[in-house]
Amino acid sequence: MIAFKLAYRNLIGAGLRTWLNVTVLSFAYVVIIFHQGLIDGWHRQGLLDLKAWEVGGGHLWHPAYNRYDPITFQDSHRNIDDKLIKKFNEGQIAPVLVVQASAYPDGRLISVILKGIAPRQEIVSIPTRYLADNNAVNAVIGTRMAKLMKVKEGDNILIRWRDKNGVFDATEVHIIKIFKCDVPSVDNGQIWLSLENLQKMTGLVNEATYFILSESYNEGKTDEWKFIPPSYLTRELDEIIRSKRGGGMIMQGILLIIALLAIFDTQVLSIFRRQREIGTYIALGMTRPQVIGIFTVEGAAHSVFAALAGAVYGIPLFIYLAKYGISFGFGDMGLTLADTLYPYYSLELIFWTVLIVVLAATIVSYLPARRIAKMKPTEALKGKLQ
Amino acid sequence: MKHFLLLILLISATEVLSQDAEAILQKVDRNLSSENRIFESAMLIHGRRNDRTVTSRTYSVGNKKSFTEYLTPPREQGTKMLKLESQLWIYSPSTDRIIQISGHMLRQSVMGSDLSYVDMMDDRKLTDVYSAIYAGDEIFDDRKVHVLELTAKVTDAAYYKRKMWIDRERFVPLKEELYAKSGQLLKRTTLSEVKQIGGRWFPTKIVFKDMLKEGEGTEFRMSNIKFNQKIPDYIFSKAALKK
Repeated sequence: MIAFKLAYRNLIGAGLRTWLNVTVLSFAYVVIIFHQGLIDGWHRQGLLDLKAWEVGGGHLWHPAYNRYDPITFQDSHRNIDDKLIKKFNEGQIAPVLVVQASAYPDGRLISVILKGIAPRQEIVSIPTRYLADNNAVNAVIGTRMAKLMKVKEGDNILIRWRDKNGVFDATEVHIIKIFKCDVPSVDNGQIWLSLENLQKMTGLVNEATYFILSESYNEGKTDEWKFIPPSYLTRELDEIIRSKRGGGMIMQGILLIIALLAIFDTQVLSIFRRQREIGTYIALGMTRPQVIGIFTVEGAAHSVFAALAGAVYGIPLFIYLAKYGISFGFGDMGLTLADTLYPYYSLELIFWTVLIVVLAATIVSYLPARRIAKMKPTEALKGKLQ
Repeated sequence: MKHFLLLILLISATEVLSQDAEAILQKVDRNLSSENRIFESAMLIHGRRNDRTVTSRTYSVGNKKSFTEYLTPPREQGTKMLKLESQLWIYSPSTDRIIQISGHMLRQSVMGSDLSYVDMMDDRKLTDVYSAIYAGDEIFDDRKVHVLELTAKVTDAAYYKRKMWIDRERFVPLKEELYAKSGQLLKRTTLSEVKQIGGRWFPTKIVFKDMLKEGEGTEFRMSNIKFNQKIPDYIFSKAALKK
């Protein structure tokens, strides 16, 4: 207990030097928690967006279908059997047919993917209800696609595709709705049509390429369709987050090292300048480990003060950011990334951050204090350099 | 009775015209198809900023085998293309690799032109793919022409409908329009500089225009055309691509 009392008095007594160390270390706390919170917030938002717009409760894919390889689209479709039709009628699955095509907005050629989806599905947030009228070839597209094609709601664009036999066909589609979403993989290069229309256009009647499953669907894979779990469909985002977290840790590590160097430096200076004090402690009957303990606690106490100081300006800042979010104005980067990010600070994050910083500060305080063990008390009392 | 006779007459006339159209198409096939051919070509591609010309030498046997070697410009020099049945391979000297073109890549344009790989590959005889209807006579480019409307009789024809303006004397198409199943005009081709080569009439200049895309189209000029030559078999092998 005496070590804590002495540490408190010495730190307060050191004045500006202590507060400079505490300020730098508190800054490290705030930056670490802010950065990790921002990435956690991005991850949470991204997963929710992916689930809402694309993933649902997982997919059932045609075995030949690979969403990264358009060459596979041509052969990856098959008949929707009665069991799956029943599931669709129960609202548990949404069939999607995928076809390669070309769009010609204003005489420019753009390669596109036509996706036919059941208009009455409610599993994903794509506004498919606008496609309900099968008498017209209506389409919904995302804002990125609208920007690429330079079209707006109400415009018509000419598209060309090949039917199941390879015969070219072309028609004008009416852009009935442009939706905004943070998931580029349902927007970039894609035109969403009604499933029935696309089946008629390609001659692939009652066929689908994949199904989006609802959360309540729990039958796993079938003999003819491959079950793709949500974790597979979100792994791209998970990998980006992992890499961003790794990159962030380097920056946080550098900041922490700078703050800890300041503590280390202060400790070295204290032990050098306070040799008489050390000699007095030993002369009064303290053992060397006890004196090392006093100095270690004193150094480590910087991190506790820093946590308190960080909390004073960090908590209001974090509450503000969590409520109003941060807009970086990145524009479209091809990532599942919302315009405004809302950082998410978990108790786990705060606990581990405080623990790591306190432990690191304790270690860097202990390392210079070890010299005390080698000091001769008589020399120390005289204030001689050792 | 009068109406019945008129109907019979009309049906017979349509039948006769249809037979005529088929005969015309056969004559066109005789001019355009050959057992094999060797030719050099210059493809003038009109780009947004500038025009460029790609020259090549092609060996082909019927509609199954074809081998093309690009001669100029230096950037394309040494690029080779091999078509066997429905498969297509391209060799690029800069990467020293052979890649197979398939799926959606076949719909991409060849060297930025208005021709797709599909257009280059689908060269079956017209009579094998289409049934023809005679649609009248016209004057085109100061030549008397028959106009034929072709509809695919096979399910895998790239273009469901075609309209052809065929020279009445030489039985060579001078203009052609290619339509989608929906009736949308997709491509227009004009053929000119018809020359007699090896006892047949053959157009040596073809202008392809993708009607959905802006631009002036692609001009294709053929020279040194030789029909029914002896072409060694090794030319149509993947090994020849790297030679």
